[in-house]
Amino acid sequence: MAAETVDISHAMVMAPATAGDWLVVAPVAIPILFGALLLMVRHETRLHSGLAIGGLLMTLATNIGLLARILNEGPQVMTMGRWLPPFGISFTADALGASLALVATLVACVCAFYGLKDIGATGRRYGFYPFMLLMMAGVGGSFLTGDIFNLYVWFEVFVISSFGMLILGSTHQQLDGATKYAILNLVGTTLFLTATAFLYGIFGTLNMADIARKADAMRETGPLVTLTMLYLLAFGMKAAAFPVNFWLPASYHTPRIVTAALFGGVLTKVGVYALLRVLVMLFPDERQVLSGVIAWVAAATMILGIMGALAQSDIRRMLGFVVISGVGVMMAGLALGTEEGLTGTVLYAFHSVLAMTALYLLAGVMNEIGGSYSLHDLSGLYRKSPLIAALALLLVLAVAGLPPASGLWPKVLLVRASIDAGQPWLSFAILLTGFLTTVALGRVYILAIWRQKEAPAGEAAAAASPRIGYAALVILTVPVLLLGIYPDPFIRIAAAAATGLIDSSAYVGAVFPMGVQP
Amino acid sequence: MRTLIFRTIAPYLTSLMVLFSIFVLLRGHNDPGGGFIGGLIAASAFAIYGIACGVSPVRRALYFHPMAISGFGLLLSTLAGWLSFFFEVPFMTGLWTKVSVFGLPVDISTVLFFDIGVYLVVVGSITSIALALEEREHG
Repeated sequence: MAAETVDISHAMVMAPATAGDWLVVAPVAIPILFGALLLMVRHETRLHSGLAIGGLLMTLATNIGLLARILNEGPQVMTMGRWLPPFGISFTADALGASLALVATLVACVCAFYGLKDIGATGRRYGFYPFMLLMMAGVGGSFLTGDIFNLYVWFEVFVISSFGMLILGSTHQQLDGATKYAILNLVGTTLFLTATAFLYGIFGTLNMADIARKADAMRETGPLVTLTMLYLLAFGMKAAAFPVNFWLPASYHTPRIVTAALFGGVLTKVGVYALLRVLVMLFPDERQVLSGVIAWVAAATMILGIMGALAQSDIRRMLGFVVISGVGVMMAGLALGTEEGLTGTVLYAFHSVLAMTALYLLAGVMNEIGGSYSLHDLSGLYRKSPLIAALALLLVLAVAGLPPASGLWPKVLLVRASIDAGQPWLSFAILLTGFLTTVALGRVYILAIWRQKEAPAGEAAAAASPRIGYAALVILTVPVLLLGIYPDPFIRIAAAAATGLIDSSAYVGAVFPMGVQP
Repeated sequence: MRTLIFRTIAPYLTSLMVLFSIFVLLRGHNDPGGGFIGGLIAASAFAIYGIACGVSPVRRALYFHPMAISGFGLLLSTLAGWLSFFFEVPFMTGLWTKVSVFGLPVDISTVLFFDIGVYLVVVGSITSIALALEEREHG
C-alpha cells in the first residue's frame, strides 16, 4: 500500500487538535455519551439522576472553558473527520453560540436537579433523563455547529427528544398537546429543510462561513430575499413568533413542570439564535429589506403574547404566553439590526432562559405548597413560605423588566436602540409589553401570594417544605439578580456576540485561516 | 400468522437474515451496505421471528432490552469519535490500524466501530418499535 506517501494536506487539516480545540465539540459529545449510557441503564432508575447531573455538570464545565477561550482568542473551529472545510462539517463556536450554550446548560443542570423530586421512578423508566441529555446535545449542537444542514440535524435531534419528554406519563391531555406540538414543529423543520435545499442550490455549499463570504457575489443573481423569508418563517415557527406561535400555548402547559421549565427556557431561544445567525450574519442586506416585516411581527408577538397571558388563570398557560411575548422582544432587536439592538437581543436571551425556567419552577413549587396551578385556588402563599414570596417578587420584577433584576438592562438597550434607529413606536411596544407583563404577573403575585382566603384546610396541610425546589430556585435567582445588579460582564459578552454577528470576518477567518479561494 | 410452516421456517430465516445483515455491515466500507441498512435487515429478521413465534421468545433470545442495545450502539459510535482525542486529530477522524488474524492482515478502524454502533442503534430502536407493536396486537 502506498497510502503512506500520499500528501494529505490538500484535503485534510494538518494542525494537531489540542485538548483546547476539543472544547468546541465536548459540549455536544459529552451529553450524547451520557445519554447513551443512561439509555443502557434505563431500568436502573437509581443511577439516572446522578449520571445525568454529572454529565450535565461536565458539559457545563466545558462550556465555561469554551466561552473563556472564545473571549480571549476569538471564534473556535473544529472540522469533523479532519476534512478541510467546507467539505468537512465544521463546528464553529463564537461568543453568541457559546454563551447561549452555557446558559442553556446551566438551566438544564438546575432542571435535572429539580427532576430529582419531580420525576419519580415511572418517569425515569419512561426515559426522562436520557431524553433530557439527548435534547441538550441537540440544543448544544444547534448553538455550536457551523454548518446549516448540520443545524437542521441538531434541530431534529432536540425536537424528537422533546417529543419524548412531552408525553412522559401519557395522559390524554399530554398526548393532545404533543400531537399539536409534533405536527407544527415538523412543518417548521420541513420548511427549514426546503429552504436549505434552495440555499444549497444557490450557493453549492452548506458551511455557514462559506455562505457568509459568498453572499455578496450572489446578491445580483440569487433569489436571496425569498430564501431569507423562508428561513424567517421556518425559524419564526420554532421561536414561536406571532402568526405561527399557536403550538406553544397548546402544548407547554401539559407536561411535567420541569419539562415545561426546560422547554420554556431553552427551546424558543434556539429558534431566536437560528434567526440571528442566518438573518444577521448570512443575509444582512436581505434582513434590511425585511426589517419592516420583522418589526411588525415582533410588536405583534410581544403585545398579543402578553394579552394572552392576561386572559389566563392557570399559571402554566400564562407562562407559555409570557414566553411568546419575550420572543417578540428579542425579535425587536433583530428588526433593528444595529449593534446595540442585537446586544439587547442577546442579553434578553440570557435573561429569558434563566428567568422563564425559574418562573416555571416557581409555578411547580407553588403547586407543591399550594396544591394547584390555578389562580382561583392558590392563596396566601407568603404565610406558608416567605422565601417563595421573596423569590417570586424578584422573578416577577425580572420578567417585567423592572430593577433590580435581569430584565431591566436588555430592555433599556432595546428601547434606546429603537429610538436611535428612528423607530420610536417599537420602543413604545416594548414598554407597553413591560407594563402589561407587570399587570399579568402582578396578578399572580397578588392572588396567589398576598391574597388571604379562608383556607379550605384540606390537602394543603400535608405540604412539606420542598427543599429541592427551593434550592433550584435559589440557584437560578442568583444569576438573575447578578444580571440586574452587575450587568457589565454580561453586556460585554452580549456585545461581543453582536459584533461577531454584524462583522463576520472573524468567524469566516477562523474557518478559513488561509483565506482559500472560494 | 402462526402457521406451522411459518413457525418452522422462521428460525432458519431469522438466522440467515442476521448473518446476511452482518455481511452487509462489514462490506459497507467500500461497497453498498453499511450499518444502517445492515441494522434494518437484522431488525426485520427479529420482527419475522416475533411474528412467527411471539414476542417473548425474541426478547429472551436478544437477552438485552432492545433500547439498551440501541444505547450501547450510540455509546460505541461516540467513543469511536472520542478516540481521536488521544491522537490529536479532530473529532471523528478515521484512524486505521492493521492486525493479523491467523496470518491474514485485517484493517481495523474507528470508522468500523462507528458503523457497528450505527448498526446496533438501528437494530435496537427498530426492533423495539416492532416488538412493541406486535405485543399490542396480541397482548
